[in-house]
Amino acid sequence: MISDGVEDEEKWLTAGIAGLQQNAFYMHRALDSNNLRDALKYSAQMLSELRTSRLSPHKYYELYMRSFDELRKLEMFFKEEARRGCSIIDLYELVQHAGNILPRLYLLCTVGSVYIKSKEAPAKDVLKDLVEMCRGIQHPVRGLFLRSYLSQVSRDKLPDIGSEYEGDADTVTDAVEFVLQNFTEMNKLWVRMQHQGPAREKEKREKERSELRDLVGKNLHVLSQIEGVDLDMYKDTVLPRVLEQVVNCKDELAQHYLMDCIIQVFPDEYHLQTLDVLLSACPQLQPSVDIKTVLSQLMERLSNYAASSAEVLPEFLQVEAFSKLSNAIGKVIEAHVDMPTIGVVTLYSSLLTFTLHVHPDRLDYADQVLGACVKKLSGKGKIEDSKATKQIVALLSAPLEKYNDIVTALKLSNYPRVMEYLDTETNKVMATVIIQSIMKNKTCIETEDKVEALFELVKGLIKDLEGNLQDEVICNSFLIDEDDFKEEQNSFARLIQMLYNEDPEEMFKIICTVRKHILTGGPKRLPFTIPSLIFSCLKLVRQLQGQDENPFGDETSTTPKKIFQLLNQTIEALSSVPAPELSLRLYLQCAEAANDCDLEPVAYEFFTQAYILYEEEISDSKAQVTAIHLIIGTLQRMHVFGVENRDTLTHKATGYSAKLLKKSDQCRAVYACSNLFWVDDQENMKDGERVLLCLKRALRIANAAQQMANAARGNTGSVTLFVEILNKYLYFFEKGNPQITVSTIQGLIELITTEMHSDTTTPDPAADAFFASTLRYIQFQKQKGGAVGEKYEPIKV
Amino acid sequence: MDFLVGAFKPPCNVSISFADARTRKQVPLKKDNGQTIMVPLFQSQENIIGEVLIEPTQGKKFEHNGVKIELLGQIELYFDRGNFYDFTSLVRELDVPGELYERKTYQFEFSTVEMPHESYNGINVRLRYILKVTIGRNYISNIVECQDFVVRNYTPPPSINNSIKMEVGIEDCLHIEFEYGKSKYHLKDVIIGKIYFLLVRIKIKNMELEIRRRESTGLGPNTYVETETLAKFELMDGAPVRGESIPVRLFLSPYELTPTYRNINNKFSVKYYLNLVFVDEEDRRQHTMASSSGILVWFFSGVGGFIFMSYSCDLQF
Repeated sequence: MISDGVEDEEKWLTAGIAGLQQNAFYMHRALDSNNLRDALKYSAQMLSELRTSRLSPHKYYELYMRSFDELRKLEMFFKEEARRGCSIIDLYELVQHAGNILPRLYLLCTVGSVYIKSKEAPAKDVLKDLVEMCRGIQHPVRGLFLRSYLSQVSRDKLPDIGSEYEGDADTVTDAVEFVLQNFTEMNKLWVRMQHQGPAREKEKREKERSELRDLVGKNLHVLSQIEGVDLDMYKDTVLPRVLEQVVNCKDELAQHYLMDCIIQVFPDEYHLQTLDVLLSACPQLQPSVDIKTVLSQLMERLSNYAASSAEVLPEFLQVEAFSKLSNAIGKVIEAHVDMPTIGVVTLYSSLLTFTLHVHPDRLDYADQVLGACVKKLSGKGKIEDSKATKQIVALLSAPLEKYNDIVTALKLSNYPRVMEYLDTETNKVMATVIIQSIMKNKTCIETEDKVEALFELVKGLIKDLEGNLQDEVICNSFLIDEDDFKEEQNSFARLIQMLYNEDPEEMFKIICTVRKHILTGGPKRLPFTIPSLIFSCLKLVRQLQGQDENPFGDETSTTPKKIFQLLNQTIEALSSVPAPELSLRLYLQCAEAANDCDLEPVAYEFFTQAYILYEEEISDSKAQVTAIHLIIGTLQRMHVFGVENRDTLTHKATGYSAKLLKKSDQCRAVYACSNLFWVDDQENMKDGERVLLCLKRALRIANAAQQMANAARGNTGSVTLFVEILNKYLYFFEKGNPQITVSTIQGLIELITTEMHSDTTTPDPAADAFFASTLRYIQFQKQKGGAVGEKYEPIKV
Repeated sequence: MDFLVGAFKPPCNVSISFADARTRKQVPLKKDNGQTIMVPLFQSQENIIGEVLIEPTQGKKFEHNGVKIELLGQIELYFDRGNFYDFTSLVRELDVPGELYERKTYQFEFSTVEMPHESYNGINVRLRYILKVTIGRNYISNIVECQDFVVRNYTPPPSINNSIKMEVGIEDCLHIEFEYGKSKYHLKDVIIGKIYFLLVRIKIKNMELEIRRRESTGLGPNTYVETETLAKFELMDGAPVRGESIPVRLFLSPYELTPTYRNINNKFSVKYYLNLVFVDEEDRRQHTMASSSGILVWFFSGVGGFIFMSYSCDLQF
């Protein structure tokens, strides 16, 4: 059925075009032979094709455009005729003899255009006549196109100020009246279109109507182009008349489109000065009109206008734009009781953007907007509509973008209250947005209160919000959510680093606050948040380190000791998660800091904690290897310990090393331990004998490893371990350890060489290369000459 | 044979010419055989002057009982064919009985002739003016030659010319109010008016304005009435809504109208009516008036040229 309809339409269009072309042909012939009578006859016949009711507006437009082109030729001919002395007045009468009204009026408009050009009559009279006569077409589509034609041919002939058709004192009024009248009539026709034809095709008709809307809107554009329409004219005549038409037509489609048009085509400053009038029309529109989009657009335009130049801002203040808009929005929302949440939020979001642009200094306005929004949202519970949620995010992001400074946003008391209406997920998204804003602008949060306020905003990240535990469980089952979770926690961890105050007292307060909050985060969050906090604390420690301890003897003042206590407790919380490896690292980090502060007992305590963790919690052998190397590394740098403590710790460390599972790991850990006995810049910590002991032990283990390998697999494996130990020997040799002699090195080199050539050794190119480069290093040192060369000289390779 | 041909041929040629033929305006006139010829135009009280030329054929002489010229105003009713009613008859004797040998011209003159009625060519009736030359002969039929001419009488504009305003309608269907600026129009006039829609319950496709001519002939029971639509002029395309007003502007010059004639010589009348026709979407035609003839308007032959009228009918309802 439908496809038939379309095909039929095609057929009718084709027939229409054919008829049009045929008559146009005869018309051209008549034009060529200057036969006025025939020209009129055939042009009227040609225009009769436009009388069809069978075409959809889209197809009708095609026919119209073709006629339009032909009429241009006819207009040229009329101009010629007039120049040749044919009375334009007679011509104006002659075309009115046509029996059918539609061709008659098209011709009349065409001649009318020439008539105005000839200036034989004032433009306003001709225009008035034309626009009145066009009333004869009451068929919506045909009427719209005819009037559109009138508007088209007349737009450069309006008696505007400065135009060559300018008339008497009221000339602009005449021009405006003409356009307004044509606009009013067109709008009436356009609105009436929906009632034509059967009810079941309503949807299709609405679509067709919407295609025609620009014909109506063009009139407003023409109005905006009239030079003489100044602010007064706009305020007193144009806007009231247009709005009257808009309100009275009581049609959703028209009202929405035309309001939009008004906002788009007229200058911003006019809108600003007529805000009352424009806004007062809004509550009068049909309830189904999408008023939020209209108002949003208005506010967007005004915002851009305000942003365009600082000079216009006083105007905004002068007309109290904010309070007017704010009232209007309130009224619109009241009038539309069942407006969906998204509408409400969009409106407030636009208003907020507007406020931020126009009154950046009036934070109270912004807060007022948020407050009003909260009021409207209250009682609706969490918002579930995803679009509305997005709008809220936009609403909340606006102040951040504008001020580039969360500190300002934190002053908005209603800000967190709005956030409460977001669901958990979006709340987190919003929190992330806030954090990103802070990061981007490198904002420093400097006081405890602000931190409290900020944490109120991002609490969705800090802890599980009530009633969402179940969500959390579900989340855990999805890997992708796990990634999101990591992402957000990482960003939160970064946020902690932005909380900073130079004053240690204040900083300490901040740290305490942060700690209080993050400890509520539960085992899943702590591994992310605590390290960040720890390092923040350590930063403070470093800062204090330089100062004298407790300079005023004040009990309450912040001392490194106090901080270390706090640190200890905090890490303890983490180890209960459990996250032993992480805790261990943090303990070591703290120990180092304590070391720098010369707090031996504290450092010792941290080490103890680390050892306990190692012994009790870290059971994975790989983790053990990593941990032992960390311990050795940290311990090596410790200088605060007395001999006894140090001995205890190094002894333990060596012990752990020797108890690793894999021989190779054992070997490496043990030779690493050798460093514990030889600290370069401290004379009292150079114990060559124990270094040698370690290295020898390492050699033994390496040997044992080889034999084990031989027993288990039938070959001795690689010589890498030996080469590594050789390097260690060379290191201490170079450092001047008296226990390391040329002969021991020589012996080791030979051992390796033999091993490499033994049958049971598996060839290992990497080890060969390593060895070769080690030998090259010895050669190189030899050639260096001087003390070093001399030292190396005896070694033969 | 030659003798026979000579016997049935008229013995002379007669032609009538007007003294001011060159300067006088000529208008078309439809003859009985359907041909249109151009004839001179006169109005009442004019002098009709000219000459008659009689030229015997082949130089033969012939005898006659006298030559006369008549000016006749006749009304011819077609259903009463053959009967002419002469309402004007003027005679001038041109020659006494005698013989004609050679071509001869006779001057004639009718001074300030009363020609009260205008020439009219209708469906059932014709009013015409002729100059008739009769050469009387004995025993054989007279030689008669006629020359038509047309009479138009210009009347001054009527002193009272009211507008026509009326509310009409079809109950619960369509109520309109129309207003025409005048009730009397000259023939080159323009009808200006406005149609105001008070109630629209039918689906109107378009609205036309018709000019109808009602010609009635005869008297009493023998009255014949013919109605003819002379103009069909589309005023509106599409369906209006309540409150809409549609302008009317109809130029009369393209149509072949005559002035209104009332009871000419008790023989016939010609009246004109304006009729609004509404066509609905099923192509049914609705006439707004109870009688299908419409609103009576008066046409007259005005004086002077036509003046351009810009849109001026600004009626407030």
